[in-house]
Formats: sequence, structure tokens, C-alpha cells
Amino acid sequence: MYQEIMTKYTPTKDNLIYILHDIQDSHPQHYISEEAVQAVSEYLSVPTNHIYGVITFYSMYSTKPRGKNIIRLCESPHCYIKGSENILRKLKNTLNVSSGGTTKDGLFTLELCACLGVCGNAPVMMINDDVYGDLTEEKIEEIVAKLREVK
Amino acid sequence: MKYYRAHVLIGINETSLQAGAHEFVSALKNELAKLDLTAEINVLETGPLGFFGRGICATVYPENVNYENIKIEDIPELVSDHFLKGRPVRRLMLDSGARFSPKFNYENRIVLRNSGILDPENVDEYIGAGGYEAWEKALLEMQPGQIVDEVKKSGLRGRGGAGFPTGLKWSFTAPIECEQKYVVVNADEGEPGTFKDRLIMEGDPHQLLEGIMIASRAVGATKAWIYIRGEYKLSISRLRHAIQQCYEYGLLGKNIFESGFDLDIDLKIGAGAYVCGEETALIESLEGNRGNPRWKPPFPGVKGLWQCPTVVNNVETLANVPYIIKNGADGYKKFGTPECPGTKVYTILGDVAYPGLCEADMGTTLRTIINEYAGGMKKGFRFKAALIGGAAGVILNERMLDVKMDLHSLNQYAAVLGSGAILVMNENTSIVDMLWSILRFFRHESCGKCAPCRNGSQQLYALINKIKHGQGTVEDIDMMLLISETMQQTSFCALGQSPVMPIRSALENFRDEFLALIKE
Repeated sequence: MYQEIMTKYTPTKDNLIYILHDIQDSHPQHYISEEAVQAVSEYLSVPTNHIYGVITFYSMYSTKPRGKNIIRLCESPHCYIKGSENILRKLKNTLNVSSGGTTKDGLFTLELCACLGVCGNAPVMMINDDVYGDLTEEKIEEIVAKLREVK
Repeated sequence: MKYYRAHVLIGINETSLQAGAHEFVSALKNELAKLDLTAEINVLETGPLGFFGRGICATVYPENVNYENIKIEDIPELVSDHFLKGRPVRRLMLDSGARFSPKFNYENRIVLRNSGILDPENVDEYIGAGGYEAWEKALLEMQPGQIVDEVKKSGLRGRGGAGFPTGLKWSFTAPIECEQKYVVVNADEGEPGTFKDRLIMEGDPHQLLEGIMIASRAVGATKAWIYIRGEYKLSISRLRHAIQQCYEYGLLGKNIFESGFDLDIDLKIGAGAYVCGEETALIESLEGNRGNPRWKPPFPGVKGLWQCPTVVNNVETLANVPYIIKNGADGYKKFGTPECPGTKVYTILGDVAYPGLCEADMGTTLRTIINEYAGGMKKGFRFKAALIGGAAGVILNERMLDVKMDLHSLNQYAAVLGSGAILVMNENTSIVDMLWSILRFFRHESCGKCAPCRNGSQQLYALINKIKHGQGTVEDIDMMLLISETMQQTSFCALGQSPVMPIRSALENFRDEFLALIKE
């Protein structure tokens, strides 16, 4: 399975970031497993410690299994003064998780992130590839309810 | 040529896509077809419209009416009232008094002149507006040295933050003789509150590509990379599409215009790290490493990507280049001040009447930008402070509204201009709270390579946390300044050198607020 992803790229170190993106996206739990790191290490002839160094450096990668929907709430200054703390509290209560955690049903992971560059609509979060802006506590309920329905 | 009675421009961006912009456009087209108006009314999907309205936004020409938050249910009313009877629907208008015209914000400018007017996904429209003429000129009529000289003469300075003269930067790389050189575009926009590069790429991707082409020719690079953050999905897809079109038209590839010059442009997607906005960290990331900055010298212009000479430029910097080549350095110098020519793109957010995007001459005062381009303060709010430049920015107070916004006048705070982010705060905003949020950000983003930044950012956060919760002392305030000044002098890269700017400016301008929270 990893082979199929990796062979799309030439085995040079500069493709590491791409390969990691693809491997993570292809995993239903959106993370990079130990076996995957091992496979990438062999393919690129790069030591595993280098790969772990890269994975833990960038905020988009995870070495832990995550939920189906990854919520990334912006906590940068602009969203902060527009009330992102309230949104965070609401998300924690609605989902019953702490930040960085995954819900028991495996549907959601709640993460905090730096500026998403959509500050015109603060407070903002991303769920997987979609941006949700002008967030209010009511909207959070709606969004979460909708995503719970999707099977 | 087809002649339309009216043009409806729908702003396609992250927000409007979320609100269902594509579905809206097809519903609108259906409604127009039903009433047989397809030949009269042109519907166009474009980039930023100059204001950050809610939901789906549209501008209708020639009336120049702006709508915000329009929904599919509104379409019948919109079409019958506005497009049939000629009466704009007031309840949906951004400014029903029609005093404010966002398009004004970048009319006759440089970087944004096509944004919100052209279809960014159609290279023909860009060419029709005079696009790629500069590329042809640079390739067929000018020698690389002439291009470098022209950019030097124009006085263009980097729009990423450091404000380094662009022509000078190119002149270090151009004369080096070697097999491979690179141009790298820094589109890893991570400064909080900053997204002008995203809007430039979404609104007019071809202008950026043309700038990259000219830069590559000037320094002799045959390969260019655009390093773009992974979150910018729309920019990525528009750039990919634009690059594809350029290959089809022979604007990129081998032996372009039979000049013997080859050039390839490719995208690299980042993985989320603020520090990768620093040019050497960005290069490390491109090579597949952790984004830790490198020691300078050697500078990237001499030894950069894979030890080859590499020019790293910001998106906005390169978007200025086609204009300079086409109109000459003298044409460019008509904008801005003698020391700092050209324009600057700003995103204005916060408690202003019309948050949005504008492109103003260098040297325009902050007061003018807020009043003229953003419609002044939001009704019922008083100006208290403006955060210029994001987290690595400065907090200015009312007395400083007349400061000229250019690299020269901002002097010790010049670095903040690059990001172009202006956040206007009303009198109820707590500056201590704001600074707390900024220092939390630095604590999180410090890459950990050098001790002053790694430890200093932790200590700064601990101190501001204490102060915010009423446990701080006067010594803590002074300690914050001391630590951040030490970081400025000793940190490895610009990240660690930055916290001093928000801290010093906040303490200079709003010291009372900090003192009010001090433990008795």
C-alpha cells in the first residue's frame, strides 16, 4: 500500500514532505504509522530519526491515530480577539474532548492551529479541507450535527 | 465580440465556497437562462472583490453595486428587480448608501489591478489585459543585466518583511556562473492576520507567474519553485491551472519564444510551520528537512537550494515586476515616495466599517488607509489601537495615526510593513490580552534551534500570563522588555528577533494598561 504511494515520487529526500502528506491522507485515521515511517525510510534511504524529526516539526502531521474529521481551530491573535476561546469551549463541550483529543466514536479530532489566513471571517476553523468562518456557538452545533449525520 | 449589458462578478474564495458559491453561480445562470438574459448579463467567477463581506459576495457593473451574503433563495428577486427592472436590491447591498466603493481601493494600481475584474482561471483574459507583454519584452528585447538594472532603478524593495532591495538581491546571483540556479517564491504566508499573498494568488495568478518568469530570466534560473502553504487550497488549484495554461501557450517549457531560454515552474506544498517563512528555513523545508533556519553567510543568493545560487522572493514582490518591466522604472516610480517607490497591499481587519483589501501608495498615512479605504471606524466604535504586521508587528495608538506607511518612515518598525496586515481595535480591546495572544503564538512557533528564542519565548509567555491574571509585578514588565531585547540581539533568525516589536510598542503606547493589572 505504501509502495503504491511512494513510487509516484522519485526516491529523493526532497519528496519526503509530499510522500508523508499522501500517506497520511490515504490512512482512514489520518496519521503516519510506524510501519509507514519504516517503509519511507527504506524507499528514500533516509534514517527513521530524520523522518520522525520532520513529522514532529510540522503541525500538519500526526503520529497518533486521529478521527475522521480533523477540526483545526485558529488561536492566533485575530481570531482570539474575535472570541475563539468561546468557540473552543463550545467545541470541547459539544464533542466532549480536550484539545488534541479524539472523540470515542472516532468521528472528530480537535486541534488548535496558527493563522489559517482567512482572518476576514474570524473566528475560523478548518475541518479537513474545508474552511468554516464567522463562527458562533450556534453554528458549531449545526456544523457538528451535520457531520455526525454523514456516514 | 460579445457585448454584455451588465457583468456580475462573483468573488470565489474560501468563505464563499463554504457558502456554496458554485451552486449559487449555476442557479443564477439557470435563472438568467429562464428569462432569456444569458446574452445580456455576464456571470463571472473571479477573485477578491475588495471587501470581506459575509457569505457569497458579488459586484455588478456598470452600476458598481456590491452585494453581500446573497443566497440561492434571493436569486429570483435579484434577477427580476436588478437585471430586469434595473433596481438594485437594497436589503442585500453591502452599503445601501452607496458611499463606499471597494473597487476604488485598487483601481489603477499595480499588483491588484486585475483582481476581482478578470477571470483568474483564464489566461486569455490576462493576455487581453496586457499580460505577458513584459515577459516577451524581457525575453526578446532585454538582456538579463538590463532587467536587473531596471528593477534596481525602480527602487523595488522586498514585500515580505525585510525590505531588502530586490534588484540588489538579484545582482548577487545573476553573475554567478554555474550549471543550475533557482528562483524560489515564498508563498508560505503564516504571519497571523496576513493573507494578502493568498488574495494576490487567488485574484491574479498569472501576474505572479509572469514575475517569476522575468526574475528567472534576470538571474539565469531555469527552474522555479513556489513554496505555498498547504492550507491555501484555492490558491494551489488556481496556480496549478495557470501553470498548465502557460505550458500550453508556450510561455513556459523549452526554448520559450525561440529565445533558447528554458524555464519550468513547479509548486511545493508546505506542511505547517511559521518559521518556514524565513528564507533559509524555507529552503531546508524544500530539501525535505525540518524547517530550521541556516547560518548566513553564505546567503541563499550564493548557496541556497541544494547549494545552488537561489533567489527567494515574496509573492507580492514578484507581482510588481511585470509592471516595472512593461512601464519602465520611471513609470513605476510615479507611485509611492522617492525613497520607497511603489504601492503596498494591505488587508484591513477589525472594527472598521468595511474590512477589506486595498493597495495604497507607499507613504500613505495610517489614518488615510483607515478612513478612505476602509470607510473609517465601525459605527459606535472609537479607535484605540492598530496592530500593524501581525504577531511580529507593532501596536500603534491614536497619536501615531499620522505615521507614514513606508519602509523609510516606519524606521525601527520597518519590518512590520511587509505583511500588510492592519488590525484595528476599538476602545474595549485589552492590549494586555492582545499581547498575551501574540506571545502564546511565538511560544508555539519557535523552532527550537537556538536557545535565546526557545527559552525566551517560553519565559515571555510565562510573564505575560502572570500579568494578565493579576499576579505580575512592575519588575515583570521590565523583564519582558529585557528578555525580548536580548532575544533580538542574540536569536538566530527573524522569528526570535521579532517579539521585541509588539512588546516594546505595547509598553511604549499602553503602559498604563499593564500597570493597572499589577499586583499591589
